[in-house]
Amino acid sequence: MSDVERFDVERLLRSALVPVEPPVSLVDRLERRLTEKVDIAAEELADWELGAMRDPRNWGRTAAAGMVLAAAGGTLVLVRARQQHKKRQAGALKALEHSIEDVSSDIRKRLGR
Amino acid sequence: MAELVDGDKAALDRDFEELYKSHLRDVYSYSYYRVGNHHDAEDLTEQTFLQAYRHFERAQRESQGRPLRPWLIRIAHNLAANYYRDRSRKPQTQLEDAAVVSEPHPTDELVEQREELEEVLTGVANLPDDRREALIMRFALDMDNREIARALGRTEGATKVLIHRAIRQLEESLKAEEPA
Repeated sequence: MSDVERFDVERLLRSALVPVEPPVSLVDRLERRLTEKVDIAAEELADWELGAMRDPRNWGRTAAAGMVLAAAGGTLVLVRARQQHKKRQAGALKALEHSIEDVSSDIRKRLGR
Repeated sequence: MAELVDGDKAALDRDFEELYKSHLRDVYSYSYYRVGNHHDAEDLTEQTFLQAYRHFERAQRESQGRPLRPWLIRIAHNLAANYYRDRSRKPQTQLEDAAVVSEPHPTDELVEQREELEEVLTGVANLPDDRREALIMRFALDMDNREIARALGRTEGATKVLIHRAIRQLEESLKAEEPA
């Protein structure tokens, strides 16, 4: 194979295999699903939190996990910025975070920290 | 998850978001050229990122600072393999929406160009799987030998040979298509 032929095939390949832009519908759907995954992770943690609160042995872990929940609620910030309808859910999540923080604060007082 | 402190988790999600924004087009392009239609390419892209999100922490930890694009493409590669295995499908390549020419009233020159590129895409689609994938990564995603090697789980040397043979086989098939 000559260099010229090789060059031509590569040129054709570059022309044929151009990058393909993902459709907007996919971008919206994917970003929504990724955001939901973050929210689900946060909600699962919150559920575990509330259950664990009944057992004093978990109070220490509860306070630490509350911090993780706060972080999870703030993830994928730019993705969220594209999804205005998510703001309402984020507000609800924030209220949940605050309630967890209140409980954590109460635990710390009880433990004398 | 409870083992992560808040700063780590936030940083991890920021990094994933960066990976997503940087390589969404790469994953979609790869998926499209693997499966040959937009509908399945969308599904494949979606599943790739959802799976990547699930394993991102470990991948980042084990990458030791190396780019994660090959890891991402490898996920798409594995999912595409499942796609074919589960559905007993063969890859199909369509030119209409992917590339090149979309003139409503194409000139003869454009028609000729389009036919030429259709032949190339058909030739690529008929290559063995590993050769076809290597060409997609090289030309559609502009990946270098090192990245392709990581995505395919091969050495760089083996990848270089793979791409060389893929181009040569494609060239031979294009020559065979030419009228005598």
